[in-house]
Amino acid sequence: MRRALFLPALWRWVPVWQRNFAVWYKLFKPAMLGNIVEPLLYLLALGYGLGSFMSSDMAGVPYLHYLASGMACASAMNTASFEGMYSAYTRMIMQGTWVGMMTTPLSLRDVVIGEIIWAGSKGLISTAAILLIATLMGLVADARALWVLPLAWIVGICFGAMAVVITAVAKNYDFFLYYVTLLITPMMLLSGVFFPVDGMPQLLQIGAKCLPLYHAIGLIRPLMLGQHNSDVILHLGVIGGYIALAVPLAIRLVGRRLLT
Amino acid sequence: MQVDNAVIRAQALCKSYQGQRVVDNIDLMIQAGECFGLLGPNGAGKTTTLRMFLGLTLPESGSLTILGHPIPAVAREARARIGVVPQLDNLDPDFTVAENLRTYASYFGLRGAAVETRITQLLVFANLQHKTDAPIDTLSGGMKRRLTLARALINDPQILILDEPTTGLDPQARQMIWQRLRELKQQGKTLILTTHYMEEAQRLCDRLAIIDHGRIITQGSPDALIQQHIEPYVVEVYGNGVQAASLADGSLPRSARIEQVGETVFIYMSQEDPNVMAMCQRENLRFLHRRATLEDVFLKLTGRDLRE
Repeated sequence: MRRALFLPALWRWVPVWQRNFAVWYKLFKPAMLGNIVEPLLYLLALGYGLGSFMSSDMAGVPYLHYLASGMACASAMNTASFEGMYSAYTRMIMQGTWVGMMTTPLSLRDVVIGEIIWAGSKGLISTAAILLIATLMGLVADARALWVLPLAWIVGICFGAMAVVITAVAKNYDFFLYYVTLLITPMMLLSGVFFPVDGMPQLLQIGAKCLPLYHAIGLIRPLMLGQHNSDVILHLGVIGGYIALAVPLAIRLVGRRLLT
Repeated sequence: MQVDNAVIRAQALCKSYQGQRVVDNIDLMIQAGECFGLLGPNGAGKTTTLRMFLGLTLPESGSLTILGHPIPAVAREARARIGVVPQLDNLDPDFTVAENLRTYASYFGLRGAAVETRITQLLVFANLQHKTDAPIDTLSGGMKRRLTLARALINDPQILILDEPTTGLDPQARQMIWQRLRELKQQGKTLILTTHYMEEAQRLCDRLAIIDHGRIITQGSPDALIQQHIEPYVVEVYGNGVQAASLADGSLPRSARIEQVGETVFIYMSQEDPNVMAMCQRENLRFLHRRATLEDVFLKLTGRDLRE
């Protein structure tokens, strides 16, 4: 077995991703059930239930359509964030998986990047499930909606990287509640998932526009509703900016914790 | 060592945490094919030294090369030729026995039929062939250690680093690990192990270094260290009320060195002395007459105070 014992630089994160995928695939059925049933319940309860009380459309479309596209984004955020926090923390601290990887030719950078891309992939999986449901319910305009998939992956990577930054400094699982309560939940409620941002006070609007979920929705919702995409560069730029900041920061902070 | 065939060369390695030196000027030359032991009390700097070898802890100063690769600059290439058995089990609880090996192989970029053959061989080596598809949480402590050892061999490493490989194992499991390690040494692998079981070090190691407070106090072969540092004969006397003072009443040879730890008195002698045994029998004391061991050297050099 005297051959090269390590992969070329560009692909070193792949075994880390594959390890996580293999674990996910073992419990693929219950995982997918959660990915499908939960958004379905939200769509039925809020979309039909709440939507039936609405006398007019929401931002020009039926509320169910509006909600489905918002949830496709929120789900990528939530799934990637939780993977990058609770699951990554378990692997980093409780199971020693990361240090185990780092005693092979993989480096800390490979491990962190693999984890972030995996978190993004989990975000993609959950968005894909919602897109499927929405398509079956007739809530998607046309085939342009397939662009949602690569975008959901990028959005997932963005939130995954932010989550790993938090994980790197977390002392225990309870620490994640700060991040969820102070950032994830406000974004979920105030970035345009359930209602347009325009109606909110100016200050909240500015706050929402500084955070990535607003821009994820700005990209994904028009694609699902068959509307014109505007401000694509701005939206991609903000999400890309968060990625460009969070990934090196995550590598650095995890390094400070594990490479003592 | 006459021939310089060093696989690890460490010179003046230093590392501090919060102003405290945990690795203090460590020099080591570890030769290809030898089993080298790092011995020391808890917190002596053993694990930190091993982490430096892997590039996981950056030395403050000093130089380190492994298999010709400067560390930490080229640690990845070095790690590709090293196998590691860590102190704490970090087997993947989400995978079965064979999946653990397959996944670990993928971290080295190894996959395919060659890996499957290797996994089969390693499971036989670790005596786990009947556990191939067992989940990790069904394995005993000894089985987990053996699997960790098999995992460390997946890349057919030249150097094997073992951090307390038998801590917490029962005697049977420990014997089996020892036997496997001897086999690996016969295959020409270089073994580096930390332990605080002196018996383990004495049985396995060609050479060893005793480390305390981050410094190497002494190094050499187990026999040489015993010869160099301690009288060859020891009588341990124990029982209620045994006092070092009462034994040192003239029936002991003048050269004898006496130490007391709790209820046990250690009498170290350069020659066997029948008078000592006769005295113990006369006084009706429980005693053990034995050759000096590495443990005596270790306790002499690192002190008898409890650590931590």
